[in-house]
Amino acid sequence: MKHKNILLTVAFFLVAFLLPLFVKAPYQLHILILIFIWAIIGTSWNLLGGYAGQVSFGHAAFFGLGAYSAGLLTLHYGISPWWGMALGPVVAALASLPIGVICFRLRGPYFALAMLALGEIFRIVFLNIASFTNGAKGILIMPAITSKELYYYIGLLALAVTLLTTYAIVHSKIGYYLVSIREDQDAATSLGIPTTLYKNLALLPSAFFTGLAGALYMNYVAFIDPNIVFNLTNISVMAILVVMLGGVATTWGPTVGAALYIVLGELFRTTLGSANVLVFGVLVCLIIMFLPNGIVGELDLIKRMVTRKKTSLSGGV
Amino acid sequence: MSFFETRNITKRFGGLTAVSNLSFSVEQGEILGIIGPNGSGKTTVFNVISRFFPLTLGEIYFKEKRIDTVPAHKICDMGIGRTFQVVKPLQRMTVLENIMAGAFLRTAGIGKARHKAEEIIEFCGLDRYTHREAKSLPIPLRKRLEIARALATEPELLLLDETCAGLNPKESESAIALIRRIRDTGVTIIIIEHIMKVMMGISDRILAINFGGEIAMGTPKEVANHPEVIKAYLGDAYA
Repeated sequence: MKHKNILLTVAFFLVAFLLPLFVKAPYQLHILILIFIWAIIGTSWNLLGGYAGQVSFGHAAFFGLGAYSAGLLTLHYGISPWWGMALGPVVAALASLPIGVICFRLRGPYFALAMLALGEIFRIVFLNIASFTNGAKGILIMPAITSKELYYYIGLLALAVTLLTTYAIVHSKIGYYLVSIREDQDAATSLGIPTTLYKNLALLPSAFFTGLAGALYMNYVAFIDPNIVFNLTNISVMAILVVMLGGVATTWGPTVGAALYIVLGELFRTTLGSANVLVFGVLVCLIIMFLPNGIVGELDLIKRMVTRKKTSLSGGV
Repeated sequence: MSFFETRNITKRFGGLTAVSNLSFSVEQGEILGIIGPNGSGKTTVFNVISRFFPLTLGEIYFKEKRIDTVPAHKICDMGIGRTFQVVKPLQRMTVLENIMAGAFLRTAGIGKARHKAEEIIEFCGLDRYTHREAKSLPIPLRKRLEIARALATEPELLLLDETCAGLNPKESESAIALIRRIRDTGVTIIIIEHIMKVMMGISDRILAINFGGEIAMGTPKEVANHPEVIKAYLGDAYA
């Protein structure tokens, strides 16, 4: 089983690495880059929300901080936004420290609400200190590189680092402690687990990699404003949906969810016109109802459904 | 000074005094039983020892160190393990993972924690359920898992809260055998239990409390025949 997983992982990255040799159309590469960005956000959210059970409705705060770190460097100091790829994650991680200390005093839905408020606070603050952030006008940069292949490989590398780091965390003592806290915080405390410390240990890398996704977004899309990057429904809530679709507390769930979200989103948008959001919403409801653990989480169930269909077909004939 | 000692501990919830001015001590290697009618404050005693509730008044000492001022997670680190009356298994983790979560307190290595957990699984007779999810276990096994998980943190003092309640006679017999085996490894035990037969059999001494205060303390026989204890359980007419 373990061997199979390693093989699958290697195969995935090999295919992803060679894909631009065959896929050359800018639109298709664009879709793949967006999938990488969302897979990074989902994987980061999953560490805190999926494994540690601390559901955050405010990950847009870290995404936006990463994006603005890169944007403001260029806007004020004329430094290449690529340096933002290094600065953004650090700024997001540093911001997560006081946020964790304050918000982890709350449990369950109260934590979720505090994080929701937090994301909105960042949006409103960045809208209103216009002298520093350009406010609602946003930041537009002139990207030095326009080749999509480069962004593709940077996105792939960032996703690989995110997946490897979260995998390493989840399969260490920290991972066991995070899941224990999710399952029962009082029992965890009785086992000598400092719960607040470990929640912060989950939030820190989660914020770091979400910030990385934000900085990559700034570099790639080249335009941000607070209503885009600190958006509650389009960033914070979608981060949760991506994980729900793919599979909560699974290694590959968020990546699968991101692919599904982006591909279906594009498909519905081009074919269904303004009904696309409605159809997408219905689909999300169906997945939550029939595959409550997401696609990766219910892989066994899906396999069984498929094989059962096959046997009944052959039996019928 | 005793191995473990409480001095005049009091816990008030607003106007309700759940534990009042209670002092007792436990010697190393001893099994102390705590009995009392429903709502007499037994579990609250455990909750203030393990720091789930802060004390209102009084002091608690363990191995000559004051422990009522340290944070809850440190209590376990200092060597006091506990189980919960209403069991709290880590539902979506297997029996092995549950116990590993406890074992990680003394080691950071996955291999070492697993090895430790496997030893404890065997010691507690859970071998057949190693890879079962905790939520799929019936109550007697969940209670056993509570003990196993607490043991994995290598406690010197173990607080057992009604580990035999809800068990049939055969199950509770095997639970008693497990508690004896734990004591034989040198662990000191404070146990809360309703079933007098269990308490009489395994306790070295028994503390009886009612309305949060001590009503009797002594050997099982002395306490069982104490008029205050009979009055608390059966009413004035029988005393």
